[in-house]
Amino acid sequence: MIEETNNPTSADEFLKGIWRENPVFVAVLGMCPALAVTNSAINSLAMGLATTFVLVSSSVLVSLFRKVIPKQVRITAYIIIIATFVTAIDFLLAAFFPVIHKELGAFIALIVVNCLILGRQEAFASKNKVGLAVADALGMSVGFTFALLCIGIIREILGNGSLFNISLFGPNFEPWVIMILPPGGFFALGFLLLFFNWYTEWRKKKNETRDA
Amino acid sequence: MTVDNVHIEEEKESQPTILQEKEPSSFRLISSLGIAGFFSGLVLVSVYVFTQPLIEANRAEALQNAIFKVLPACESFVTLQLRDGKLIELKQKKEGEKSSKQEKEVKQIFAGYDKENKFVGFAIPGSETGFQDVIVALFGYDSDAKVIIGFEVLESKETPGLGDKIFKDADFQLNFEALAVEPEIISVKNGEKKNNNEVESITGATISSKAIVRLLNNTMDIYKSPINEYLNDQAND
Repeated sequence: MIEETNNPTSADEFLKGIWRENPVFVAVLGMCPALAVTNSAINSLAMGLATTFVLVSSSVLVSLFRKVIPKQVRITAYIIIIATFVTAIDFLLAAFFPVIHKELGAFIALIVVNCLILGRQEAFASKNKVGLAVADALGMSVGFTFALLCIGIIREILGNGSLFNISLFGPNFEPWVIMILPPGGFFALGFLLLFFNWYTEWRKKKNETRDA
Repeated sequence: MTVDNVHIEEEKESQPTILQEKEPSSFRLISSLGIAGFFSGLVLVSVYVFTQPLIEANRAEALQNAIFKVLPACESFVTLQLRDGKLIELKQKKEGEKSSKQEKEVKQIFAGYDKENKFVGFAIPGSETGFQDVIVALFGYDSDAKVIIGFEVLESKETPGLGDKIFKDADFQLNFEALAVEPEIISVKNGEKKNNNEVESITGATISSKAIVRLLNNTMDIYKSPINEYLNDQAND
């Protein structure tokens, strides 16, 4: 992979997070929000966007100050930066979107410990220029939001018979309540991971047979 | 797996640079973290100052909406604080909104008045352990008829589809149109309501339904005598 991306462009860095290195489906990072708040599509979207804000802003700062922050205290410095943005988005959501803030509850504050964010700072933003860092953060964020939305849409349709609070099947639909309860998160995530791995394998095989 | 490989290789690359660099002094480490902390604090304070009035307004509005819902005739309300078994009027000078912490520690109820400034009843908040977590609710109490006239769940984490019927099920809400609080509220099985002090439980959500009944009884126990005392004082004035 290093050879492939010897001279990576911003577009490459952006695209890799969406599919090839998708934080949830490939790297299996950020499982806590991916399971806990994805009981409806709107909650998934809100969590994805809040994480996007934190990840992109932290990456900009970490990348800007990458030569100033001493290596010995870098993790602490990253956590300070991340926690600042998380607290800010917590206040802003409470001020402007109180309903969503109430739904997401403690999970907004828990973005601080989402290892996706610290992971991107350590593995990418601290070693690259601001432009690339933003592209990488945006790509990862879109990939994360996409993954959360996949889980949230499946769970809301099956567990509540609706999508973005719009009823799909009418009043006679008997919802699978289990899908919006915690086990539903594991079911949905498990099946999605299964699908992703199966698809990757299938494509690899197809390429191999074509090359041969 | 591919991601892990990238991490390892990147770490290898950065290893030599650490060795080449001189060990930074403790002062440099402390000062860089100090500066980071200082700016972080600055950002947080400005966001807090900017958002706090909005958050307070949201909270006050949510409370106000709930009060107007449980006391249908209510147009304005006065906040009363329970101190040493007595209800004391709070000035409407936003004193109660000053800090949310105080608000939660001090027990408060709300006396509602209608358009002609006539007293219509109390809106009383209470909390009780439900099936999963504490249920916080607000109910409207008509002190003349001694009945509960409205009920609204403010916070709950009851099971979706079962326990959350305590606020989603319209039939359950019918229990609180005129629910007598004396001698005591009793929960009965669905379809067995005979007296006006009985609450029909929701099938499949017995624990949540009983928690609501406990919530109403316990909260009324706390406020029954302070309310009587307060009303007597009002009548004498």
